[in-house]
Amino acid sequence: MSILVDAGTTFIVQGITGREAVNLTRECLDYGAGARIVGGVTPGRLGRDVHGVPVFDTVAQAVEHHGGPIDGSVVTVPPAFTKDAVIEAVASGVKLVVIVTERIPRADVAQMVEFAAMHDARIIGPNCLGIIVPDVVKMGGIGGPAKDAAKAYAPGSIGVMSRSGGMTTEISSTLTAAGLGQSTAVSIGGDAIIGSSYAELMPLFAADGQTEAIVIYTEPGGRMEAQLAQWVADHGDPLPIVAFMAGRFMDEMPGMSFGHAGTIVEGKEDTATEKIARLAGAGIVVAERIEEIPDLVRSKISERAAT
Amino acid sequence: MRFYEYESKEIVRRAGIPISKGGFATTADEARTRAEEVAGPVVIKSQVLTGGRMKAGGVQFADAPEEAARHAQDILELEINGHMPRGVLVDGRVDVAQEYYAGVVWDGLRKQPVMLFSDMGGIDIEEVAETHPDHVGRAHFSNVLPFGDYQAKEVIASVGVTGRALTRLTPILTRLAKLFVERDMTLAEINPLAQLADGSFVAVDAHMEMENEARGRQKALLADLGVGDEETREAREATEFEIAGEAVDAQDHRGVAGNVTEFDGNLGLVIGAGGGSLTLFDAVRAHGGKPANYCEIGGNPSVAKACGLAKLVLSKPGVDKIAVMMSIVSNTRVDIVARGVIKACVELGHDPAEKIAIFRIPGAWEEEGFKILERYGVPYADRTVSLNEAARRAAEEVGPSPTVQERPEAEPPHQNAGPEAPRR
Repeated sequence: MSILVDAGTTFIVQGITGREAVNLTRECLDYGAGARIVGGVTPGRLGRDVHGVPVFDTVAQAVEHHGGPIDGSVVTVPPAFTKDAVIEAVASGVKLVVIVTERIPRADVAQMVEFAAMHDARIIGPNCLGIIVPDVVKMGGIGGPAKDAAKAYAPGSIGVMSRSGGMTTEISSTLTAAGLGQSTAVSIGGDAIIGSSYAELMPLFAADGQTEAIVIYTEPGGRMEAQLAQWVADHGDPLPIVAFMAGRFMDEMPGMSFGHAGTIVEGKEDTATEKIARLAGAGIVVAERIEEIPDLVRSKISERAAT
Repeated sequence: MRFYEYESKEIVRRAGIPISKGGFATTADEARTRAEEVAGPVVIKSQVLTGGRMKAGGVQFADAPEEAARHAQDILELEINGHMPRGVLVDGRVDVAQEYYAGVVWDGLRKQPVMLFSDMGGIDIEEVAETHPDHVGRAHFSNVLPFGDYQAKEVIASVGVTGRALTRLTPILTRLAKLFVERDMTLAEINPLAQLADGSFVAVDAHMEMENEARGRQKALLADLGVGDEETREAREATEFEIAGEAVDAQDHRGVAGNVTEFDGNLGLVIGAGGGSLTLFDAVRAHGGKPANYCEIGGNPSVAKACGLAKLVLSKPGVDKIAVMMSIVSNTRVDIVARGVIKACVELGHDPAEKIAIFRIPGAWEEEGFKILERYGVPYADRTVSLNEAARRAAEEVGPSPTVQERPEAEPPHQNAGPEAPRR
């Protein structure tokens, strides 16, 4: 099994006629069983098609054309228009929105997320590359062109969550090379406020029969790691977790921004050191180097199997 | 992006919240004029983006304009925590009956703003929260529904404030909440929010921080305040090298080759993307490497942009070699980055094989990229070489800063890293 998406998931691409969106559409159609992209939306472009996907002016038109609810949307419109696009999708019954766009002001993100929650919809991102179920489906640019994605990702039992889109692939590729495939890999986004945090996705992985362990990529900034540590403590540690923390050097430079928008050390709780301590306190192993991750995952899984 | 106190108070004033009388000055003469306008005792406050100015002598009191001018002269020359002041704020001293605190910040986990209020103003709110938690009221508010006066009343009442104070504070807190949202702030704080002897309220000091991503849509306000596009307002101002990095990134809209931060080592870094850069920077340092810079490339930059960034880094005094490294790319093309960095070396009259310590970017268009690198004899690595190992090789290749050691026993760098990437 997988989380969030499977071979049957229908989705649209908002902003489909943009250069990167055209590539992303091709990649998703080519990967695995072929994504069920049932439409694209770019206002004013009704009647065109992108790699055979019909383009509409509005999400409502796409839903009407499809003849029923559409499961998801990948949003790749410029930051100033993203909020409206996401609200449009949710208002049209879409339940899973992957926001690729970066540099969206926090107030807009918070508004979209709250609106989605009111409509029982989930947001992944913004500033993310989406979701991949190896060999089955990908929703978003994650892993790149189908042949590149096939090099990095393999089916298996490890759930991957990462604040960095590129590092989702780097870590998955390392796991794949070591013979550890992935159940689902999710690029959760690098901003200060995101639709779905580690802790918010953990229940899905915990309920997934295929997933045996979790690997997360994390950075300084924010309290998402503390939230995950708390979730693990509150839920009886259902899955072994291995973490990798990048940006340790930032502890020496508070107030400077590096990497993603959410990666800025503002208080003592934000530092890499503090986060590593919190994760370790919850029994989450923090790898020093990415190449150590596969062995750490294996030993964690066999530890569990022995008890 | 952090605002100076004088800017923060102007933002507060524009939101309809009364502020104490006074004004900004950049010279002693201007300070005298401001004091004359106030026509009463004043406080002269250094305008620096750092704390601890009171302790450093950056805050002085004066009863007459001449005295204000003298203090301003001293404060304008006073460096605080490595920061020279932008100017001074000359404010009328107010007759304070009681100091309050009002602030709004984001709660990233709840994904909503949270309003904080205390009847123990004038000191750090974190300190109050630790020592007197019952004196700090908190209320999250919706991003979708409009902020209501009742929410302000609830948070004020939660610390036991009632009577005229409550009714007079209510519109101030409501306006602060609206300011926070409408101005894309990440922090909007009035401390102290002073109640005067006559029962009225004024903002005596304010601290505002705006989200960088929103600078575009807050352009009008920033222009009014005189904040230039080049002002990053980070923990330290941008260096010339960093500003040049921004210029490289701005030369065309394709992809990113920016977020350059200057360090003083001898190994130039052309690295990406967000997470990859953080991982690689840590790894280089862990292996004793001395980075000359931090940077990020990603989103499929043009050859010109990759070239521009590499040239900038190569031209930085003290840089012996550059390392070109990224996590596996899916959007950025390996061949384009390869072409860009080789072009940079050649145009600056360097041998790419000599100047590039290692090229480790696996992923999209890697076969094409590796072919180009081979042609120029540039040492490269594919995905079978970890980011950590690539960083180790780069650190070893460039040698200790500041002088590069001759290491005749070193392994030849011109080789592919290992066997083909494993495939399923």
